[in-house]
Amino acid sequence: MNVRVIAFANLREILEPSLRSLDLPQGALVAEAWTELERLVPALRAHRSSLRIARNGRIAGSDEPLVDGDELALLPPVGGG
Amino acid sequence: MADEFLALVRGPVDPRCVDCVANDAHGGVVTFLGVVRDRSDDGRAVVGLTYEAYEEPALREFGAIVSEARRRFGDVRLAIAHAIGELEVGDVAVAVAAAAAHRAAAFDACRYAIDELKRRAPIWKKELYAVGDARWKSNE
Repeated sequence: MNVRVIAFANLREILEPSLRSLDLPQGALVAEAWTELERLVPALRAHRSSLRIARNGRIAGSDEPLVDGDELALLPPVGGG
Repeated sequence: MADEFLALVRGPVDPRCVDCVANDAHGGVVTFLGVVRDRSDDGRAVVGLTYEAYEEPALREFGAIVSEARRRFGDVRLAIAHAIGELEVGDVAVAVAAAAAHRAAAFDACRYAIDELKRRAPIWKKELYAVGDARWKSNE
């Protein structure tokens, strides 16, 4: 299955233009998607402890299963206002 | 307007867009404006900011903050507008207005909304420095 990956701020700059989507086995979890992201873009690894991952616009737990067509978003610490 | 007005706008926020909170029953109005400063917190000369947002979730978070403010402070009308894109020093980056029958609830709700927006809304800010470099800055 395929999930779309987007990222914001410094994480977007790390991710682009190398990656837009991930091919994962059916039923893969958010944690497994992250492992694959780290493998493809090793520079992301340093940010794991500070970022949050959203699935289809809502914060996701690492044990949440994904389905084909999902959107994962990598969210660094926010800076609005 | 309904009891809330929530917006992400391209470029600087026109602070008049939050004036709509006042009406005949809500005469205590508090407005907060966040304006782009010429110095970063660590003292570097700043020429501008670039904001980006995860837009739908950001607007949803604004709505959640408004609902929470109403539960906490009662009958309050709120407006939140945040800029995305490139801003210069002096531009309004964020405007929050709260209106209530009396001033105490309006002050409380306005403070709550801007504090929670800064803590939670999926919006990011890049500072552009006079010497030519730039850095993403979080609120942590």
